[in-house]
Amino acid sequence: MLILTCPYCGVKAEETELQPGGEAHLKRVGPAGSDDEFEDYMFARKNAKGVHFERWRHAYGCGKWFLAARDTATLQVYGTYSAQTPHPPARIVAAIRDVHPDWQPDWTETAGADAE
Amino acid sequence: MVATSFDGVIMPTAPRSGRYSVFAIAREALRQHTGWQRAWASPQPRDRYKVVIVGAGGHGLATAYYLGKNFGITDVAIIEKGWLGGGNTGRNTTIIRSNYLQDPSAAIYDKALKLYENLSQDLNYNVMFSPRGLIMLAQTEHEVRGYKRTVYANNLQGVSTEWVDPQRLKELVPIINLDGPRYPVLGGLYQERGGTARHDAVAWGYARACSDMGMHIIQNCEVTGVETEGGQVRAVNTSKGRIGCDKLAMVVAGHSSQLAEMAGFRLPIESVALQALVSEPIKPCMDVVVMANTVHGYLSQSDKGEMVIGGGTDGFNNFTQRGSWHHVEETVRALVETFPMISRLKMLRQWGGIVDMTGDRSPILSTTPVGGIYVNCGWGTGGFKAIPGSGWAMAELVANGRPGPLAEEFGLNRFREGRFIDESVAAGVAH
Repeated sequence: MLILTCPYCGVKAEETELQPGGEAHLKRVGPAGSDDEFEDYMFARKNAKGVHFERWRHAYGCGKWFLAARDTATLQVYGTYSAQTPHPPARIVAAIRDVHPDWQPDWTETAGADAE
Repeated sequence: MVATSFDGVIMPTAPRSGRYSVFAIAREALRQHTGWQRAWASPQPRDRYKVVIVGAGGHGLATAYYLGKNFGITDVAIIEKGWLGGGNTGRNTTIIRSNYLQDPSAAIYDKALKLYENLSQDLNYNVMFSPRGLIMLAQTEHEVRGYKRTVYANNLQGVSTEWVDPQRLKELVPIINLDGPRYPVLGGLYQERGGTARHDAVAWGYARACSDMGMHIIQNCEVTGVETEGGQVRAVNTSKGRIGCDKLAMVVAGHSSQLAEMAGFRLPIESVALQALVSEPIKPCMDVVVMANTVHGYLSQSDKGEMVIGGGTDGFNNFTQRGSWHHVEETVRALVETFPMISRLKMLRQWGGIVDMTGDRSPILSTTPVGGIYVNCGWGTGGFKAIPGSGWAMAELVANGRPGPLAEEFGLNRFREGRFIDESVAAGVAH
């Protein structure tokens, strides 16, 4: 069974305690966006086979949304982190690179990610 | 002849597997069964084909078959990463029905059901189609209303289904417990023409027919890249070398996103694990298929006597073809209340398959941003029942370059245009 540690309350939660919420870090497209951008935001998904960042809610715990880095091909969990981050923090990237040394992030670094 | 058709030997011509008949059995009985041919050849790929189909599961093979049969296109290769029918075709619970709520779904699934009815004769291969009847249990008031609505919709679509009350249901399924405290059975949606077929035989039958038409089925051949030029497909790179093609059909279910990425586009698909389990064989006790969507379980008895149980999907993306224990527990716990006699059965096997889920739980049969590339995916948890209809519609799409009446509502543009074919309420749990 999948076990994730809630970054807010610190509880090691089993899958049955959690609610999955799909791909993380989607950038919302507002009224100013084009049809293409909105379609992309609304429907297209990376559906990565390998490293995947996703949203989870500690539904039967503190009730908060958090983010997790997980491997969809091996079910390994690289770590969980706060939902108030623009992209995964450095310690998650390091955990991923322990397993996949060549893995490259597809975001540009911004301030505030490691504040968690 | 066919004895030389192992991998590594290029077949000069396709072997004819010979027609199966009572006379063939008699002839072979007289010569110690030494004359049976392999059902399909295993050639090395040529440099180029008119059509390359990726994925030798039911949908890919059916696409190839109807390309040959309906459009006379036999310059076709079907390439497969693993073995033929080793993905979801060999992992589903073999249920066939067409009692869908929305018109486009009813049309394509009922086309599939009609083709299944004559598939054994059509392919000269026994797919063991068994129209034993199928019931979807209503165990909440919402389901009662939902299924009655589906019955009305089906009657308008020309798909015969009926609402059955608990008493009739008990006659159809004597082992059912109608008044479970948590999940009372309030009635059911009954499709008499629904049932099951032998899933492997469907793949094998199509494969044999395709091979007999001269098509190449190439197993253990993984696609590593898609070559495009000026927005048009040119070739696929595979573990067995480059294979040129005019048209490329992607029919790979759970790995559709990965293949689309190679061609440079994204799909509204997420891959999750769906699992099933099967009990030890017991004497015949249930001669219909029963689906209980409230509790995420469905039950039928195989010809071998095993109780075949389908469960729910994981909520998270997963490519491991493994199920989760708690889903098994949840499914079995609920089914035991409705079918108390299965409580002491031992389970023999449990397995998972990776299904490709779309947001509206309807499939995608579509052209793509790349010219000459067509996708057939998104069948999610219910692809097996659709195989012949899916192949029929996909062959039309690939041959003409545009969808026919069965496929046109299932295009990728439906997401952009907000024309969903919403089956998530009617069928999102179990197919």
